[in-house]
Amino acid sequence: MAKAFSRPKALSGTHTHYCPGCTHGIVHRLVAEAIDDLGIQEKTVGIAPVGCAVLAYNYFDCDFQEAAHGRAPAMATGIKRVRPDLMVFTYQGDGDLASIGMGEIIHAANRGEKFTTIFINNAIYGMTGGQMAPTTMPGQRATTAPLGRDTAQTGMPIRMANLLAELVTPGYITRQAVLKPQQVNKAKKAIKQAFQYQMENRCFSFVEVISTCPTNWGMTPVDALKWAEDTLLPYYELGDYKVPE
Amino acid sequence: MAKVLMKGNEAIGEAAIRAGCKNYFAYPITPQSEVAEYLAKRLPEEGGVFLQGESEVAVGYMIFGAAGAGERVMTTSSSPGISLMSEALSYIAAAQCPAVFVNIMRGGPGLGGILPSQGDYFQATKGGGHGDYHLLVLAPDGVQEAVEMTMQAFTLAEKYRNPVMILGDGLIGQMMEPVEFPDGLKTEPSNKDDWATNGMAHRKSKKRNLVKSLFLDPTALNDNNLALKAKYAQMKKEEVQYELVNADTDYQVLITSYGTMSRVCRTAIDMLKEEGIEVAMLRPKTLFPFPEKAVFDASGKESCQAVISIEMSMGQMVEDVERCVKGRLPVEFYGECGGDIPSPEKIIEIIKALL
Repeated sequence: MAKAFSRPKALSGTHTHYCPGCTHGIVHRLVAEAIDDLGIQEKTVGIAPVGCAVLAYNYFDCDFQEAAHGRAPAMATGIKRVRPDLMVFTYQGDGDLASIGMGEIIHAANRGEKFTTIFINNAIYGMTGGQMAPTTMPGQRATTAPLGRDTAQTGMPIRMANLLAELVTPGYITRQAVLKPQQVNKAKKAIKQAFQYQMENRCFSFVEVISTCPTNWGMTPVDALKWAEDTLLPYYELGDYKVPE
Repeated sequence: MAKVLMKGNEAIGEAAIRAGCKNYFAYPITPQSEVAEYLAKRLPEEGGVFLQGESEVAVGYMIFGAAGAGERVMTTSSSPGISLMSEALSYIAAAQCPAVFVNIMRGGPGLGGILPSQGDYFQATKGGGHGDYHLLVLAPDGVQEAVEMTMQAFTLAEKYRNPVMILGDGLIGQMMEPVEFPDGLKTEPSNKDDWATNGMAHRKSKKRNLVKSLFLDPTALNDNNLALKAKYAQMKKEEVQYELVNADTDYQVLITSYGTMSRVCRTAIDMLKEEGIEVAMLRPKTLFPFPEKAVFDASGKESCQAVISIEMSMGQMVEDVERCVKGRLPVEFYGECGGDIPSPEKIIEIIKALL
């Protein structure tokens, strides 16, 4: 009987450390499937961030470098500039990318670096234990915003895809989600498209993925999916924000 | 090759190209911006990569990425810029990647000034970034040596898979001197397939490579640090470089000095000799590894009454000198660090006061 479903070649098979209900596992799989579909495993270099996905290099079976907090886009720039034949992607969370690494992502996008960024937005710091992120929603509780995010003190959540799409430099900027099966399919398409643009040496590509953090949100995995759908999606609208001509 | 008259900063850029480095990332800062200006023109001519990063912080990781991918790569900066790159230096040292960093020092701390200084000795030799690590630190005393050391730095970085720092100062960067680019120092990059993230497709083993510095298991972290320690021990054994000046005399005073400052001391030594006063100098060319035994031996000469470290700082290398003299003689210090370079006459006055 033909096998209908199996582990992508680009995943190592190592058990992940992610919490129950966390969507990192889904996105890892989508990235790995895209790598397999495009046949680029042997020339791909991933960049792991600081945060929950710091150990991503254990879960993918391709070359990997590990960056310091926020610096993945600079590291990817270094690799891609000296070895344009390699396929380079960064995998970053919202603290890493939208807070400490804001400078690096904006400038890499603005230079039109030919690598791919997968950006996991779950509106909170995961690994460090539930502190407020730049993406935390107004009123959302976090350990460093115990009464809920006060936007008068901390500003409004940053919409990274919208922000990067404002840059004049061409790019592929999209926001997807992995809360429902249909969204997962669309996210898969977007991730594969992002790598395709890189293969064609066309542009910087950025896939923001709305995700969940049941542990730090203090919810069950099912409630977390619903909360994300009801609270995050109206503010973080899904769709393509920029596509190359 | 005939000698050409070149500014130190430009000569460093040219030396990198001639050593086989085609990749350069940097952020402008005085007094070393001419390296970037020179390479912005020269590297495209050579089919190389020039990129002005958005900050020294980002540049540090561009270097890390490129080095991790197995390509020869260099950056240049000056004191405050090196502080920003120090985080990346710690990561690169921990992940054991080869890279060349040039620090054309200016006065500090803080914004300090833009004139020459040697105030980054501690930062270069004792850390700067966090954790147990060392850079190989080479200290040229002029444009010719800056060229040679820049060229040597790439092979040293690859031999040890460790960042190498050229520690010059603003004078070496800004002055023009006749310089020759030695052909013999160009080397082929070493084989990096067993560790670099240069794509599985290119390797025989087809095993993926990982460049990282996270070791959550305490035993693994300890083992990594022990491996680094063994590497630093090998550097101490194999890479010490220094120069002795006027040391075959019955010198009464031993000067320790490096870089630009040592050139002034050299003039002072010649002038003192004319007065019948013999003074020797030990000039470390590697600041890490430090010429420990050479300092101990030179301070052991029977005629020698005192050791003095003369630096363009408030007293940094002197601590290493004291450590190596091991208390057998008094170790004095003289330094200025506002950007003025002490004159030979001032050095003579200081030396005479010791006798």
